[in-house]
Amino acid sequence: MTMQIMEGSIAVAETVRLCRPQVISAYPITPQTHIVEGLASIVADGRLDAEYICVESEFSALSACIGASAAGSRVYSATTSQGLALMAEVVFNSAGMRLPIVMGIANRAISAPLSIWNDQQDSIMMRDSGWLQFYAEDNQEAVDLHILAYKICEDHNILLPAFVCFDGFILSHVYEPVDIPEQEAVDEFLGPFNPYQKLDCNDPISFGMYATPEYYLEFRYEHDQAVKRAAEAFKKYGKEFAEKFGRDYSELVTQYKTEDAETILIAMGSICGTIKDAIDEMRAAGKKVGLLGIRCFRPFPSEDLRALLGNAKRVAVLDKNVSLGAKGAVALEVKDACYGMEIPIYDYILGLGGRDVRKSDIKNIVALCEEGKGDMFYGLREEVL
Amino acid sequence: MKELRIHGRGGQGSVTAAELIATAAFTAGVFSQAFPAFGVERRGAPVQAFVRFSDEKIRLRSQVYEPDYVIVQDSTLIRDVNVFSGMKDGGIVLINTEKKGEYNVPAGVKVIAFDATKIAIEEIGLPITNTTLMGAFAAASGEITLEALKGAIEERFPGKLAATNFAAAKRAYEMIKEGAY
Repeated sequence: MTMQIMEGSIAVAETVRLCRPQVISAYPITPQTHIVEGLASIVADGRLDAEYICVESEFSALSACIGASAAGSRVYSATTSQGLALMAEVVFNSAGMRLPIVMGIANRAISAPLSIWNDQQDSIMMRDSGWLQFYAEDNQEAVDLHILAYKICEDHNILLPAFVCFDGFILSHVYEPVDIPEQEAVDEFLGPFNPYQKLDCNDPISFGMYATPEYYLEFRYEHDQAVKRAAEAFKKYGKEFAEKFGRDYSELVTQYKTEDAETILIAMGSICGTIKDAIDEMRAAGKKVGLLGIRCFRPFPSEDLRALLGNAKRVAVLDKNVSLGAKGAVALEVKDACYGMEIPIYDYILGLGGRDVRKSDIKNIVALCEEGKGDMFYGLREEVL
Repeated sequence: MKELRIHGRGGQGSVTAAELIATAAFTAGVFSQAFPAFGVERRGAPVQAFVRFSDEKIRLRSQVYEPDYVIVQDSTLIRDVNVFSGMKDGGIVLINTEKKGEYNVPAGVKVIAFDATKIAIEEIGLPITNTTLMGAFAAASGEITLEALKGAIEERFPGKLAATNFAAAKRAYEMIKEGAY
């Protein structure tokens, strides 16, 4: 293992190179990250034998990925924020066609009002698209989840696309140490893309065809079943990944000091790091607090969560997104998963549009949760309301 | 864990400085993290960048509010931005200024004010002071070595530019070490 220090987006670009995508299609302008800039350089320098298609919109970026994937290529794209919003129609199409596309999402807020900063509203917006969604806590995880995503997506029992989500700016623009795996190890782990079926002039088939009311419901059922099967595939390949690379991602939900915890926080993405530091300080002061990190949001690990929440007295869900008029998306899922359990579950919407989240905020939320106050936007500046 | 906050203006290389300081620290064997305060990038607008140093893996993702070290790349920022905000007792602030003044720093904070622009112009030929201030930071803080800084500068800049930037960093390093500021 050789640790190097580099920017998150570049670490992801270098890792995508190791996965040997044959076609990369991306829109290069705002809101894009250095991932595709890095990959463009890698291809231009001859470090990756791939077709790099620079398109005129995110809609076209993913459309080109559909064509290339259906033709039997391993493909990659990356986007964020409004770019993902513009892709929406193609996001649903690619999932329905069961194409194993991997896309990096450097999570950012959605307009209006215009914000370039981090939250997770963009990928959450695509919650119901049938893509798998994985969330990284740090850049090492962002790197590793890209490799793992290809393995899961291309399994013939799964055949689905996946978002690898890592917080925009907070991770994408951070310089920190990462271990970029060896090419040989990634080759051994992934192998070449082996499409289940592909476009072939001599044996024509159709993707994304017409489904009459006699068939549509069954297509959706099978799609849903495949997304659910991905939970087991994630655990299985996570273990294989651990054997090969020494880092274990076999759990859909990460645990931190939850065993004897009275208050359990549930969160997703880079905020988990700040929460862990806050937990260490709270534990030093005698508070029994723990964290469950949602690494896999789709499929949602309901069973795992129920088992892990068993002994908690209360739960605080921290959402960097909001389903306006309802709650945060993670809280909605947690409340559904825990229906019938006696544990009070409170939701805290925070960190939207780049609002910084500090250790003191985490401690304040634990205090609110202990008082039974929740289901709220946390940290509102009352003076501007 | 130690924390550094860099105040500059868009175009002065504050983000690059943070990245190179983190790189130098990491190559010398500690965990480090560098990131900007993500803003609307405009030339001349106040910007901030942050660095953390630790013997353990760094998990904290918030901005830096209680720095051990502060670098002020442009002393005119002091009028508009509370650059000394939250500084720890025993902290060190490096200020680039043509003329030294009285600075209203928190108790126990050491001020090192010097003309980094002059050094940068003489060594690099440009008023870009980030590498000069990095040399001064290495000397004042001891968080990074001059040798590791040289490596980070050479990795980032091509040949002659690396040489002139390192010359500026080294001159500031030696000046601070000798207390000649």
